[in-house]
Amino acid sequence: MCGIVGLFLKDKTLEPELGALIAGMLGVMCDRGPDSAGFAVYGAGAPGMVKLTVRGPEGTDFAVLGARIEAATDVLVSVSPRATHAVLTVPAAEEATVRAALAEVAPEMRIVGAGSRMELYKEVGLPSQVATRFALDTMSGTHAIGHTRMATESAVTTDGAHPFSTGPDQCLVHNGSLSNHAGVRRELEREGLRLATDNDSEVAAAYLTHRMKAGDTLGEALTHSLDDLDGFYTFVVGTESGFGVLRDPIACKPAVLAETDRYVAFGSEYRALVDLPGIEHAKVWEPEPGKVYFWEHAA
Amino acid sequence: MSVLELDTPTGARVVDLSTSSVRELNAALHALKADTNATRWQVLNPRGRHALAAGIDAPVTVEIDGHAGYYCAGMNKLATVIVNGNAGVGVAENIMSGLVHVKGDASQSAGATGCGGLIIIDGNASARCGISMKGVDIVVKGSVGHMSAFMAQAGALVVLGDAGEALGDSLYEAKLFVRGSVASLGADCIEKGLRDEHRALLASKLEAAGILGEVDIGEFRRYGSGRTLYHFHVDNVSSY
Repeated sequence: MCGIVGLFLKDKTLEPELGALIAGMLGVMCDRGPDSAGFAVYGAGAPGMVKLTVRGPEGTDFAVLGARIEAATDVLVSVSPRATHAVLTVPAAEEATVRAALAEVAPEMRIVGAGSRMELYKEVGLPSQVATRFALDTMSGTHAIGHTRMATESAVTTDGAHPFSTGPDQCLVHNGSLSNHAGVRRELEREGLRLATDNDSEVAAAYLTHRMKAGDTLGEALTHSLDDLDGFYTFVVGTESGFGVLRDPIACKPAVLAETDRYVAFGSEYRALVDLPGIEHAKVWEPEPGKVYFWEHAA
Repeated sequence: MSVLELDTPTGARVVDLSTSSVRELNAALHALKADTNATRWQVLNPRGRHALAAGIDAPVTVEIDGHAGYYCAGMNKLATVIVNGNAGVGVAENIMSGLVHVKGDASQSAGATGCGGLIIIDGNASARCGISMKGVDIVVKGSVGHMSAFMAQAGALVVLGDAGEALGDSLYEAKLFVRGSVASLGADCIEKGLRDEHRALLASKLEAAGILGEVDIGEFRRYGSGRTLYHFHVDNVSSY
């Protein structure tokens, strides 16, 4: 099955509550996917800085890691640890230097997401416990997506957990299974993209990244994926300023959207949305198969 | 019985799902006898939970105040179940008799395999509405999604709005009436003329749904089985 949630805020006064709201939605979706969970939160960014979300083994001392990178690069690294993950904030101009140093001094680390605003956390375990470990309820931001996984196409590992991020400030969560992911993967690799896992959903994320790199808007990239991605899917996608939803033309996987003046919310089931403020007066509908939905903040 | 039952001024039994479980609600409804005096039930705080009011076999009315999750009012017999909101996947699946009325939209597979009774959906129903229906009547005031009435065997599907792709694919003898556009017809589904007997049938379904006179029967088009898939035909051998 898998469960997906997403929340895109229109009302700035809700931003401090973003993490708590999405944590509640994720918790309700535990019984759609108890294997692992993950979420991406678009929080505050600083001009000229890049946030690298890195994941390490249990017990990693991220303060020490930051000091080792600083020693190796002379770049000032600000470190915000959360359980097995940490966000390293570095000057955008030094991103490549820091990535190279990280691979050198701590090859066991994996960069799971990067961008000016996006932070991305994922782990195996019951989704509500994963959310608690990362203190999701304390995070604020403009939009967030989350996923609870019932593994079908690849192993129950942290690498196999969603969201998948394959471009700056871009991430995707997927409920379903792609039937042509191997072919699309070969095409993307021929174009020079490097995928980190065997997961079919990462292929979908990389496909969208590839399209957007070629100049597509999020909406256009989603429209193209209707032609190029076969299989069952409900995608929820985040970009720095946008939030998109797409279901395959057969609409095998469930989806519910809700919209009020204050937010747009997505859930695999309506149950996930019941604690959102004002949901009883929201416009609630089932997104149509093969129809692209996306919302964007003014850049 | 830990289900909270309060006699309200209207005489309805109230089950608040913020304090009672769905299992308790359904157990209370299943225990009802045909001659029960507890004929009116109100369900508060459904919060999209699944299998609400499923499996009732008594002539009672259950009103659900909010959105329902999957398989609401499944297997319904004799009861009237009203959802004051949207319903999730498979509402009134395998309904045998009685009435299920969704005041909002319904998700996929509404009324799947229904054998009898009536389903009224005030909003839209999505894909596969009435899949394999076997005698149930379904009246959708909005539109229905793709593959609606797939393999439908008996009963009537009345759609006041539009129908999605592949309407009536592999249709048997169910009768389909659509007022709006049909994106495409499925295999062996054809448009048929609207004769007086069909107008009368359609009128009776609209009357049952309480909207006779609100819509012009002449605006509907009738679809049914072309009956070419009934028997083996060697020209179709590659399709089997």
